[in-house]
Amino acid sequence: MNDFAGTSTLVRLALRRDRVIVPVWILVFVGMAASSAQASISLYPEVQDRVSAAETSNSSPALVSLYGRIFDPTSLGEVSLFKLTSFGALLVGLLAALLVVRHTRTEEETGRLELLSAGVLGRYAALTSALIVSVSTVLVLGLLTALSLIGVGLPASGSFAFGLTWAAAGLAFAAVAAVAAQVTEGARTANGLIAVALGVSYVLRALGDSASEGGARWISWLSPIGWAQQIRPYAGDRFLVVLAPLALMVVLVSAAFALIRRRDVGAGLIRPRPGPATAAPSLRSPLALAWRLHRGSLYGWGFGFLLLGFVVGNIASDVDGFVSSQSAKDLVEKLGGVSGLTDSFLSAEMGILGLLASAYGIQAALRLRSEETALRAEPLLATGVTRARWLGSHVAMALFGTGVLIMLGGLGSGISSGASLDNMGSQVPRMLAAAAIQLPAIWLVTALVVLLFGLAPKLITAAWGLFVAFVLLGQFGPIFDLPQGLMDISPYAHTPRLPGGDFTAAPVIWLAAIAAALALTGLTTFRRRDIG
Amino acid sequence: MTSAIVVSGLHKSYGSTHALDGLDLEVATGEVHGFLGPNGAGKSTTIRVLLGLLRGDEGDVSLLGGDPWRDAAKLHRRLAYVPGDVNLWPNLTGGEVIDLLGRLRGGLDPKKRDDLLRRFDLDPTKKGRTYSKGNRQKVALVAALASDVELLLLDEPTSGLDPLMEEVFRQCIEEERHRDRTVLLSSHILSEVEALCDRISIIRRGKVVETGTLADLRHLTRTSIQAELAAAPNGLAQLPGVHGLDVEGNRVRCEVDTAQLEGLMKQLAASGIKSLVAQPPTLEELFLRHYEDDAVAPEPVGAVR
Repeated sequence: MNDFAGTSTLVRLALRRDRVIVPVWILVFVGMAASSAQASISLYPEVQDRVSAAETSNSSPALVSLYGRIFDPTSLGEVSLFKLTSFGALLVGLLAALLVVRHTRTEEETGRLELLSAGVLGRYAALTSALIVSVSTVLVLGLLTALSLIGVGLPASGSFAFGLTWAAAGLAFAAVAAVAAQVTEGARTANGLIAVALGVSYVLRALGDSASEGGARWISWLSPIGWAQQIRPYAGDRFLVVLAPLALMVVLVSAAFALIRRRDVGAGLIRPRPGPATAAPSLRSPLALAWRLHRGSLYGWGFGFLLLGFVVGNIASDVDGFVSSQSAKDLVEKLGGVSGLTDSFLSAEMGILGLLASAYGIQAALRLRSEETALRAEPLLATGVTRARWLGSHVAMALFGTGVLIMLGGLGSGISSGASLDNMGSQVPRMLAAAAIQLPAIWLVTALVVLLFGLAPKLITAAWGLFVAFVLLGQFGPIFDLPQGLMDISPYAHTPRLPGGDFTAAPVIWLAAIAAALALTGLTTFRRRDIG
Repeated sequence: MTSAIVVSGLHKSYGSTHALDGLDLEVATGEVHGFLGPNGAGKSTTIRVLLGLLRGDEGDVSLLGGDPWRDAAKLHRRLAYVPGDVNLWPNLTGGEVIDLLGRLRGGLDPKKRDDLLRRFDLDPTKKGRTYSKGNRQKVALVAALASDVELLLLDEPTSGLDPLMEEVFRQCIEEERHRDRTVLLSSHILSEVEALCDRISIIRRGKVVETGTLADLRHLTRTSIQAELAAAPNGLAQLPGVHGLDVEGNRVRCEVDTAQLEGLMKQLAASGIKSLVAQPPTLEELFLRHYEDDAVAPEPVGAVR
């Protein structure tokens, strides 16, 4: 039997399963690029405007590390789109990788692949079909993005280079996912490995880009996201750089095939070890179980937050020295800060950490629904555990987890900025306060998941949609000059800007009260509905 | 005799599907009650209403003297439940799950736990994701049987078990009966129900269509008779309750309503019985009688051709 037999059938199956979600994602990306380009083009009609904006950005290590360097300050396309280049590449990489895992390890873990394997199906068919679907998705995405950018009036060559930038990241991370899916038996672990790879790539690029002239800028070249950016759309259009992700793809995909050859269907490279025959005395409550279920991912996220905090704090210590021009200062202050350039940078970064912690909170609270649909809630609720205690256990883990994460971020940034500014004693408590102040908004967004869980469990993933809407309102609202009333819908708009800004208790209390009301409504409705 | 479970006129709909349509069910304290029905008849829905996981639309439900929806957690300490589809947490071992579920129910007998692990041949150190379907089922069974509870709610508990393990399961239920525990055993494996249950309820399309002891139910159906007589019989065709009569010289075959058995025996004895084989109806026949007519109009059993 051919090792690839059945690949085309699986491709059709995958396309059928993804017929809604993939086109929607492609549209989101294309729309994001086109609307952002359109909005920015009108901001910089003259070369002079672009050059000054680009120099402002290039002279700020914070912006360079966040978005990357602008290679050609005169280029309309690059100045308009630089914020989306590496950031978008990160997201396209995530999409491509998730698609691969979805059609390989997830299928294997649930046993659906085994059902199919009994038919005529080669051992490489699942991975091959997943790669075909993922690669086609990013290629179509890149192509449509390029066409939409040409449509809003940008040069054709640069637009194709921009599409290729995004697609290149997709190719590289589809290949990363192909290997990650072979390592363990759980799709969750595979997704975790991918998240780590994406994070490391982004940080490497940020480190390399923010290095000074003649410094370690080569570090960016260790990162697939760095490669994507080095295609330099609208600033040289170096199409050949795409050979780097392609080479990585050849290496990783061959490795993945070699790994498949060595393992059984359903098994991972890492064999699960036997565990204890009896439960520890502490495993005697829903909360203890919830801690067991959440702690692994919390450790990983916690490490990431501490690291991010250090990086952010480190960059912050340079801000004052680097930003010399008045326009740069204006820009950084516009980013959300209030007084003192370093503080405004730190408060903006703390806001970003707050968004990331919210993503953790949403994901942790969504566990409620996945436990329910996997029929793992039922046996617990058939014991002496009340619905309130069971729901409370996961909500407590979500709220506690977000608290731990944001405080770790605050601690890391406090230590590293305090160390270089030589005021550790005051900087650490200031940053911890700045971190803590993010919590009410984070908890409100987490509580939205609880509300949906009680009220409309089938629509629970809409919580991600609301979250993305809040983020877009916050990030792009000012660019599009949206009315303040609309931007105020986002809970993040009400978080006081710390450190440096004025602290007012009222909005914080309001956010916390609304979060509590949402969570309680979720609990009340959950107690009244059917399980399953 | 008190009742552990009393359900009357229970209705439950999911959207346009009417899963339970006026279900009545009574399970006496201390009995092993078989709950028979094909897939989709409403067995699991009933059990999940009894557990307070679902809320009935209409009707009264009483479980161990309480309301399963209102007093769910309190009542659950006195019962153990084995679902038909057991999913375990991928990173917890079977032993951990057994202990956790036992503790949440309010106690586990460690000696019994070890004994059951041995009898079911279950390795408690394996992680949840590495168990096969049968082994996941065993985890739930051990957790339930090792708990000190009054009532066992078992929803197709032997699905995925091999015949050897099914036998172990039967012995375990036998032992529970001697301990005077109440068991509601939902199943579509007739031999299992026949071997274990004191009383049986047959459910069909969300309604209990028959309930009673196996003997009671047999009474409602027909016994098949084969007899060799000293002389040619007469008058058999006129007897009430005789079906599918087939006479060949001195040999007689027929089916008779179990209630009319005596009349037939008298009539046969009048002709002098040389040999007689009487077969009680099997549970299969009982069961099929209630399901067959969904597809085609029933053909009278053993009709003369």
